[in-house]
Amino acid sequence: MKSKDRNYFKILRAGINTTYQDLGRNNLYHIGIPFSGAMDKRNFQLLNSLLQNDYNSPVIEFAYQGPHLKYFGKDIFFCISGNVSFKIITKEGVIDGNSYQCYLLKNGDEVDIHSTNKSVYGYFSINGTFSVDYYWGSCSINTQAQIGPNNGNKFSKDLEIEIIDINNSFNKRKLDYLGSTIENIRVIKGTNYDYFSESSQNKFFKESFKITKLSDRMGMRLQGPKIENIVDPNIKSEGLVKGVIQITSAGDPIIMLSDHGTIGGYPKIATVISADYDRLVQLTPGSNIKFKDVSLEDAETLYKLYQMETNNLISQIK
Amino acid sequence: MIKNILNLGDAALYCDFGSDVNQEINSNVIKYFYHIKKLNLRGITNLTPSYNKLIISYDLNIHSFLSLKKKIENIEIKENNKLEKNLIKIPVCCDNNFALDIKRVENKLKLKSEIILEKFFSKNYFCYMTGFVAGMPFLGDLNQEMRLKRLETPRVKVPKGSVGITEQFCNIYTFETPGGWNILGNTPQNIFDTSNQSNPNLVNPGDTIKFYRITLDQYNEIKR
Repeated sequence: MKSKDRNYFKILRAGINTTYQDLGRNNLYHIGIPFSGAMDKRNFQLLNSLLQNDYNSPVIEFAYQGPHLKYFGKDIFFCISGNVSFKIITKEGVIDGNSYQCYLLKNGDEVDIHSTNKSVYGYFSINGTFSVDYYWGSCSINTQAQIGPNNGNKFSKDLEIEIIDINNSFNKRKLDYLGSTIENIRVIKGTNYDYFSESSQNKFFKESFKITKLSDRMGMRLQGPKIENIVDPNIKSEGLVKGVIQITSAGDPIIMLSDHGTIGGYPKIATVISADYDRLVQLTPGSNIKFKDVSLEDAETLYKLYQMETNNLISQIK
Repeated sequence: MIKNILNLGDAALYCDFGSDVNQEINSNVIKYFYHIKKLNLRGITNLTPSYNKLIISYDLNIHSFLSLKKKIENIEIKENNKLEKNLIKIPVCCDNNFALDIKRVENKLKLKSEIILEKFFSKNYFCYMTGFVAGMPFLGDLNQEMRLKRLETPRVKVPKGSVGITEQFCNIYTFETPGGWNILGNTPQNIFDTSNQSNPNLVNPGDTIKFYRITLDQYNEIKR
């Protein structure tokens, strides 16, 4: 390809943990490969809908501080989802951008994604397709197992993000959305719930836990009242799922997130319901978390409501 | 053969095959795993076999717990369904640079290192499951006199290729990860191959592993 035909972003600053993500890869737990995929599925879906891309198109996920990108090529639109502060730098000047709104970029323009606000993850994409390789049907980067495009590594400075396709019939769209907040994280009791003393079971639901800095795409470590194990601090290693809450030997909860190890040997006290997963992953280190017990039937209904809310938001895109 | 099916959260079935860890129970898990995998049921997003459990993750848009539970309960597996078993030979170098915990194992087991290694290499091991990180095989069973606990403080980084033991099991670290197993050596062989999309795992559940000892020169030769 001649360089004048190329459309690409050059990364001037990579950000803290910037990767390609899509909906992730299925049916590989048995060999030790987790789902991965965009942490916040709703913001992933909204972004592709806003940009009229296929529902599983690759997007760029960032955490806390995002990338600073310089664009080279023909006119293109971009959009950001999540609660994000960013600036658009053009020859005319610098403006503050709003999430869930599409902006035009011309050759030489820049997007500087400063940070996510009171949240962890944000998403960036274009009205088109990034040039990515697929591994087991997904372009999601899993940095732990080094699977995915860019040799399975997070983005680094000077990397060039190639665009293979721009949708020329695209019309600028936006959504008025402030994000959703939640007081409690709802959970279903786990398969080892009775490993813990009654007073610890009560504390688990009555008291709050602090999210520690040891939290990433693999897991979220919490600190709070120690959860006392009265049976055995270990179980025979068995499969884990996204959102499952294990209690370590030290009595602290650890929640498995999208890039988690597929097997584990700590008892499971509870599992976060699917409807609350997106909101869980957006909670920042230092903030507090409180768990609420719901039944399986309620969790299934709440998931349907969550899907309806997402579809409702998509229908509000204008 | 499944004793009980519970829910693990709202999007996974927790199939319990028993509480013991032995090859008979595990073979049942593996038979179910391969059988269900072959059925290719719509809306099943993951199957995770382990020693004595099988976790079936599903898409909540397609299944509910009760409907999928019924489907799985109705599956019939013939007792004489034979497992396909491969014998895989894996070279291991026990040079001092690789046998990170040999001194600790000597002290705990009260055996000389040569005896420990002789016992370790004299046996074939069965693969119960793979996972935790991509491709890591969980193998067993070690002889009674070879069993010891994990390190009190896990290593932050266990080198890729490390071969470790704990309790009745041994494993191979397919990536550099944190871990607490007692490391006896290192294999130059690639156990997980990201570029092999159809079959990235060298070792799969049900396989038999034969470790054989190599010198540092042979190790470097294979690495090259």
